[in-house]
Amino acid sequence: MKSAVIVFPGSNCDRDAQTALRKASGQEPNMVWHKDASIPDGTDIVMVPGGFSYGDHLRCGAMAGNSPIISALKAHADRGGYILGVCNGFQILTETGLLPGALMRNASLHFVCKQQTLIVNNANTAYTDKYKSGEKISIPIAHHDGNYFADEHTLDTLEGEGRVPFKYDGNPNGSARDIAGITSKNGRVLGMMPHPERAIGGHEGGTDGLAMFESLMQSISVNA
Amino acid sequence: MKARVHVSLKPGVLDPQGKTVGDTLSRLGFSEVGEVRVGKIIELELEDGLEPSHAEARVKDMCEKLLANTVIEKYEIELA
Repeated sequence: MKSAVIVFPGSNCDRDAQTALRKASGQEPNMVWHKDASIPDGTDIVMVPGGFSYGDHLRCGAMAGNSPIISALKAHADRGGYILGVCNGFQILTETGLLPGALMRNASLHFVCKQQTLIVNNANTAYTDKYKSGEKISIPIAHHDGNYFADEHTLDTLEGEGRVPFKYDGNPNGSARDIAGITSKNGRVLGMMPHPERAIGGHEGGTDGLAMFESLMQSISVNA
Repeated sequence: MKARVHVSLKPGVLDPQGKTVGDTLSRLGFSEVGEVRVGKIIELELEDGLEPSHAEARVKDMCEKLLANTVIEKYEIELA
Protein backbone atom coordinates (compact mmCIF):
# COMPACT_ATOMS: atom_id res chain seq x y z
CA MET A 1 0.00 0.00 0.00
CA LYS A 2 1.60 3.20 -1.20
CA SER A 3 0.48 6.58 0.09
CA ALA A 4 1.37 10.21 -0.45
CA VAL A 5 0.65 13.50 1.30
CA ILE A 6 0.65 16.76 -0.66
CA VAL A 7 2.30 19.64 1.18
CA PHE A 8 1.35 23.24 0.33
CA PRO A 9 2.84 26.40 1.81
CA GLY A 10 0.64 26.85 4.89
CA SER A 11 -0.36 23.20 5.30
CA ASN A 12 -0.26 22.35 9.00
CA CYS A 13 -1.86 18.90 9.22
CA ASP A 14 0.56 17.23 6.79
CA ARG A 15 2.54 15.61 9.61
CA ASP A 16 -0.65 14.32 11.26
CA ALA A 17 -1.69 12.87 7.89
CA GLN A 18 1.74 11.27 7.51
CA THR A 19 1.54 9.72 10.99
CA ALA A 20 -1.97 8.35 10.39
CA LEU A 21 -1.09 6.83 7.02
CA ARG A 22 2.13 5.33 8.41
CA LYS A 23 0.24 3.80 11.32
CA ALA A 24 -2.57 2.43 9.13
CA SER A 25 -0.42 1.10 6.28
CA GLY A 26 2.82 0.20 8.07
CA GLN A 27 4.70 1.99 5.28
CA GLU A 28 6.26 5.41 5.04
CA PRO A 29 4.11 7.89 3.04
CA ASN A 30 5.75 10.01 0.33
CA MET A 31 5.61 13.71 1.11
CA VAL A 32 4.95 15.51 -2.19
CA TRP A 33 5.65 19.26 -2.51
CA HIS A 34 2.91 21.22 -4.29
CA LYS A 35 5.36 22.40 -6.97
CA ASP A 36 6.23 18.84 -7.93
CA ALA A 37 4.86 17.77 -11.28
CA SER A 38 4.05 14.19 -10.37
CA ILE A 39 2.82 11.83 -7.69
CA PRO A 40 5.03 8.71 -7.30
CA ASP A 41 3.97 5.84 -9.60
CA GLY A 42 1.80 3.21 -7.97
CA THR A 43 0.42 5.52 -5.29
CA ASP A 44 -2.87 4.14 -3.96
CA ILE A 45 -4.02 6.95 -1.71
CA VAL A 46 -3.19 10.65 -1.75
CA MET A 47 -4.04 12.77 1.28
CA VAL A 48 -4.67 16.49 0.84
CA PRO A 49 -4.10 17.78 4.36
CA GLY A 50 -5.60 20.55 6.45
CA GLY A 51 -4.10 23.94 7.15
CA PHE A 52 -4.19 27.38 5.61
CA SER A 53 -2.66 26.88 2.18
CA TYR A 54 -1.48 30.21 0.73
CA GLY A 55 -2.84 31.95 3.82
CA ASP A 56 -6.41 31.32 2.62
CA HIS A 57 -5.95 34.30 0.28
CA LEU A 58 -8.91 35.11 -2.00
CA ARG A 59 -10.85 31.97 -0.89
CA CYS A 60 -9.81 28.93 1.12
CA GLY A 61 -8.17 26.50 -1.29
CA ALA A 62 -8.36 28.79 -4.33
CA MET A 63 -4.60 29.07 -4.90
CA ALA A 64 -3.83 25.48 -3.90
CA GLY A 65 -6.55 24.33 -6.31
CA ASN A 66 -4.42 25.78 -9.12
CA SER A 67 -1.02 24.49 -7.88
CA PRO A 68 1.29 22.62 -10.29
CA ILE A 69 0.62 19.28 -8.53
CA ILE A 70 -3.15 19.49 -9.15
CA SER A 71 -3.04 18.10 -12.70
CA ALA A 72 -1.25 15.02 -11.33
CA LEU A 73 -3.89 14.78 -8.60
CA LYS A 74 -6.68 14.91 -11.20
CA ALA A 75 -4.93 12.23 -13.25
CA HIS A 76 -4.70 10.08 -10.10
CA ALA A 77 -8.48 10.52 -9.61
CA ASP A 78 -9.11 9.66 -13.28
CA ARG A 79 -7.16 6.42 -12.83
CA GLY A 80 -9.53 5.50 -9.99
CA GLY A 81 -7.03 6.40 -7.27
CA TYR A 82 -8.13 7.18 -3.72
CA ILE A 83 -7.95 10.77 -2.45
CA LEU A 84 -8.73 11.92 1.09
CA GLY A 85 -9.07 15.67 1.63
CA VAL A 86 -9.46 16.85 5.20
CA CYS A 87 -10.49 20.38 6.23
CA ASN A 88 -8.45 22.69 3.94
CA GLY A 89 -7.96 19.55 1.83
CA PHE A 90 -11.77 19.32 1.41
CA GLN A 91 -11.88 23.00 0.43
CA ILE A 92 -9.12 22.37 -2.13
CA LEU A 93 -10.95 19.35 -3.61
CA THR A 94 -14.11 21.43 -4.14
CA GLU A 95 -12.03 24.24 -5.69
CA THR A 96 -10.51 21.78 -8.18
CA GLY A 97 -13.92 20.40 -9.08
CA LEU A 98 -12.99 16.88 -7.91
CA LEU A 99 -15.90 17.20 -5.47
CA PRO A 100 -19.09 19.26 -5.97
CA GLY A 101 -20.19 22.26 -3.90
CA ALA A 102 -18.21 24.78 -1.88
CA LEU A 103 -17.22 25.50 1.72
CA MET A 104 -18.35 28.88 2.96
CA ARG A 105 -17.70 30.93 6.12
CA ASN A 106 -19.25 29.27 9.20
CA ALA A 107 -22.78 30.57 9.76
CA SER A 108 -21.75 31.80 13.24
CA LEU A 109 -18.76 33.64 11.67
CA HIS A 110 -16.68 32.07 14.46
CA PHE A 111 -13.74 29.70 14.16
CA VAL A 112 -14.86 26.43 15.77
CA CYS A 113 -12.32 24.14 17.44
CA LYS A 114 -13.70 21.24 19.48
CA GLN A 115 -14.53 17.54 19.60
CA GLN A 116 -17.54 17.01 17.35
CA THR A 117 -19.99 14.13 17.32
CA LEU A 118 -20.58 12.74 13.83
CA ILE A 119 -23.19 10.27 12.65
CA VAL A 120 -21.99 7.61 10.24
CA ASN A 121 -24.65 8.25 7.62
CA ASN A 122 -23.51 5.52 5.23
CA ALA A 123 -21.24 2.70 6.40
CA ASN A 124 -21.22 1.19 2.95
CA THR A 125 -18.33 3.24 1.51
CA ALA A 126 -14.62 2.63 1.02
CA TYR A 127 -13.94 4.87 4.02
CA THR A 128 -16.62 3.74 6.47
CA ASP A 129 -16.88 -0.02 6.09
CA LYS A 130 -15.60 -0.64 9.63
CA TYR A 131 -18.30 1.55 11.18
CA LYS A 132 -22.02 0.84 11.44
CA SER A 133 -24.60 3.10 9.77
CA GLY A 134 -26.11 5.34 12.44
CA GLU A 135 -23.09 4.94 14.73
CA LYS A 136 -22.00 8.09 16.58
CA ILE A 137 -18.30 8.88 16.63
CA SER A 138 -16.25 11.73 18.08
CA ILE A 139 -13.76 13.49 15.79
CA PRO A 140 -12.06 16.89 16.25
CA ILE A 141 -13.02 19.86 14.09
CA ALA A 142 -11.07 23.12 13.69
CA HIS A 143 -12.19 25.48 10.94
CA HIS A 144 -13.56 28.88 10.01
CA ASP A 145 -14.97 27.94 6.60
CA GLY A 146 -16.70 24.60 6.91
CA ASN A 147 -20.22 25.58 5.92
CA TYR A 148 -20.95 23.15 3.09
CA PHE A 149 -23.03 24.58 0.27
CA ALA A 150 -24.39 22.99 -2.89
CA ASP A 151 -27.59 23.55 -4.84
CA GLU A 152 -30.63 21.44 -3.93
CA HIS A 153 -30.26 19.20 -6.96
CA THR A 154 -26.63 18.40 -6.08
CA LEU A 155 -27.59 17.73 -2.45
CA ASP A 156 -30.38 15.37 -3.56
CA THR A 157 -27.93 13.57 -5.87
CA LEU A 158 -25.30 13.20 -3.13
CA GLU A 159 -27.82 11.81 -0.66
CA GLY A 160 -29.57 9.66 -3.25
CA GLU A 161 -26.31 8.04 -4.35
CA GLY A 162 -25.11 7.34 -0.80
CA ARG A 163 -22.30 9.85 -1.13
CA VAL A 164 -22.66 11.41 2.34
CA PRO A 165 -20.69 9.13 4.68
CA PHE A 166 -20.70 11.55 7.63
CA LYS A 167 -23.20 14.03 9.04
CA TYR A 168 -22.88 16.30 12.08
CA ASP A 169 -24.84 15.50 15.21
CA GLY A 170 -25.53 19.13 16.16
CA ASN A 171 -24.54 21.30 13.21
CA PRO A 172 -21.46 23.40 14.16
CA ASN A 173 -21.13 25.53 11.02
CA GLY A 174 -24.41 25.81 9.10
CA SER A 175 -23.63 23.08 6.55
CA ALA A 176 -26.50 22.15 4.25
CA ARG A 177 -28.32 19.05 5.53
CA ASP A 178 -25.72 18.68 8.34
CA ILE A 179 -23.20 17.33 5.81
CA ALA A 180 -19.71 16.76 7.25
CA GLY A 181 -18.20 14.88 4.31
CA ILE A 182 -18.98 13.75 0.76
CA THR A 183 -17.52 11.33 -1.75
CA SER A 184 -17.05 11.38 -5.51
CA LYS A 185 -19.36 9.37 -7.75
CA ASN A 186 -16.97 6.39 -7.74
CA GLY A 187 -16.69 6.63 -3.94
CA ARG A 188 -12.90 6.90 -3.93
CA VAL A 189 -12.49 10.62 -3.33
CA LEU A 190 -13.62 11.75 0.13
CA GLY A 191 -13.65 15.31 1.41
CA MET A 192 -14.55 16.06 5.03
CA MET A 193 -14.12 18.96 7.45
CA PRO A 194 -13.52 16.87 10.64
CA HIS A 195 -10.00 15.54 11.28
CA PRO A 196 -9.92 11.72 11.53
CA GLU A 197 -6.10 11.85 11.37
CA ARG A 198 -6.17 13.57 14.77
CA ALA A 199 -8.23 10.74 16.28
CA ILE A 200 -6.00 7.70 15.87
CA GLY A 201 -4.93 7.14 19.45
CA GLY A 202 -2.32 9.83 19.92
CA HIS A 203 -2.37 12.44 22.66
CA GLU A 204 -5.52 14.13 21.43
CA GLY A 205 -8.80 13.50 19.65
CA GLY A 206 -9.52 9.93 20.83
CA THR A 207 -9.43 6.86 18.61
CA ASP A 208 -12.63 7.07 16.57
CA GLY A 209 -10.79 8.02 13.37
CA LEU A 210 -8.80 4.78 13.27
CA ALA A 211 -11.63 2.73 11.75
CA MET A 212 -11.75 5.15 8.82
CA PHE A 213 -8.12 4.49 7.95
CA GLU A 214 -8.61 0.75 8.51
CA SER A 215 -11.64 0.77 6.18
CA LEU A 216 -9.58 2.59 3.57
CA MET A 217 -6.66 0.15 3.81
CA GLN A 218 -9.06 -2.77 3.43
CA SER A 219 -10.75 -1.21 0.39
CA ILE A 220 -7.40 -0.57 -1.25
CA SER A 221 -6.16 -4.12 -0.64
CA VAL A 222 -9.42 -5.65 -1.93
CA ASN A 223 -9.40 -3.47 -5.06
CA ALA A 224 -5.66 -3.59 -5.76
CA MET B 1 -5.87 49.78 -18.87
CA LYS B 2 -7.54 48.75 -15.65
CA ALA B 3 -10.11 46.09 -14.97
CA ARG B 4 -12.22 46.09 -11.87
CA VAL B 5 -13.87 42.78 -10.96
CA HIS B 6 -16.76 42.75 -8.50
CA VAL B 7 -17.20 39.34 -6.88
CA SER B 8 -20.25 38.69 -4.72
CA LEU B 9 -22.31 35.79 -3.48
CA LYS B 10 -25.07 34.65 -5.81
CA PRO B 11 -28.65 35.53 -4.85
CA GLY B 12 -30.04 32.83 -2.57
CA VAL B 13 -26.64 31.97 -1.06
CA LEU B 14 -26.73 32.89 2.62
CA ASP B 15 -24.26 35.65 3.49
CA PRO B 16 -23.62 35.49 7.25
CA GLN B 17 -21.17 38.38 7.04
CA GLY B 18 -23.72 40.59 5.27
CA LYS B 19 -26.35 39.64 7.82
CA THR B 20 -24.06 40.62 10.71
CA VAL B 21 -23.24 43.96 9.07
CA GLY B 22 -26.98 44.56 8.50
CA ASP B 23 -27.83 43.71 12.12
CA THR B 24 -25.17 46.10 13.39
CA LEU B 25 -26.30 48.91 11.08
CA SER B 26 -29.85 48.59 12.35
CA ARG B 27 -28.56 48.58 15.93
CA LEU B 28 -26.75 51.83 15.10
CA GLY B 29 -30.08 53.37 14.11
CA PHE B 30 -29.91 52.95 10.32
CA SER B 31 -33.42 51.59 10.20
CA GLU B 32 -33.73 52.16 6.45
CA VAL B 33 -31.29 49.31 5.73
CA GLY B 34 -32.73 46.04 4.47
CA GLU B 35 -30.66 43.10 3.35
CA VAL B 36 -26.86 43.62 3.20
CA ARG B 37 -24.53 41.59 0.97
CA VAL B 38 -20.74 41.76 1.32
CA GLY B 39 -18.54 41.17 -1.71
CA LYS B 40 -15.06 42.05 -2.86
CA ILE B 41 -13.45 44.16 -5.54
CA ILE B 42 -10.34 42.99 -7.36
CA GLU B 43 -8.44 45.61 -9.39
CA LEU B 44 -6.20 44.43 -12.19
CA GLU B 45 -3.64 46.54 -14.05
CA LEU B 46 -3.62 45.35 -17.66
CA GLU B 47 -1.19 46.11 -20.49
CA ASP B 48 -1.99 49.32 -22.32
CA GLY B 49 -3.40 49.13 -25.80
CA LEU B 50 -5.41 45.94 -25.38
CA GLU B 51 -8.51 45.63 -27.49
CA PRO B 52 -11.37 46.04 -24.93
CA SER B 53 -13.32 43.00 -26.11
CA HIS B 54 -10.15 40.89 -25.95
CA ALA B 55 -9.33 42.27 -22.48
CA GLU B 56 -12.83 41.51 -21.27
CA ALA B 57 -12.65 37.94 -22.59
CA ARG B 58 -9.29 37.42 -20.83
CA VAL B 59 -10.58 38.80 -17.52
CA LYS B 60 -13.67 36.61 -17.82
CA ASP B 61 -11.36 33.62 -18.18
CA MET B 62 -9.46 34.74 -15.05
CA CYS B 63 -12.75 34.94 -13.16
CA GLU B 64 -13.80 31.45 -14.23
CA LYS B 65 -10.39 29.92 -13.41
CA LEU B 66 -9.47 31.71 -10.19
CA LEU B 67 -11.04 35.00 -9.18
CA ALA B 68 -14.55 33.70 -8.46
CA ASN B 69 -15.92 30.36 -7.33
CA THR B 70 -18.93 30.17 -9.61
CA VAL B 71 -20.60 27.55 -7.43
CA ILE B 72 -21.40 30.31 -4.92
CA GLU B 73 -20.22 33.58 -6.46
CA LYS B 74 -21.12 35.81 -9.41
CA TYR B 75 -18.84 38.42 -10.93
CA GLU B 76 -19.07 41.62 -12.93
CA ILE B 77 -16.24 43.10 -14.99
CA GLU B 78 -15.69 46.80 -15.45
CA LEU B 79 -12.97 48.11 -17.77
CA ALA B 80 -11.53 51.61 -17.31
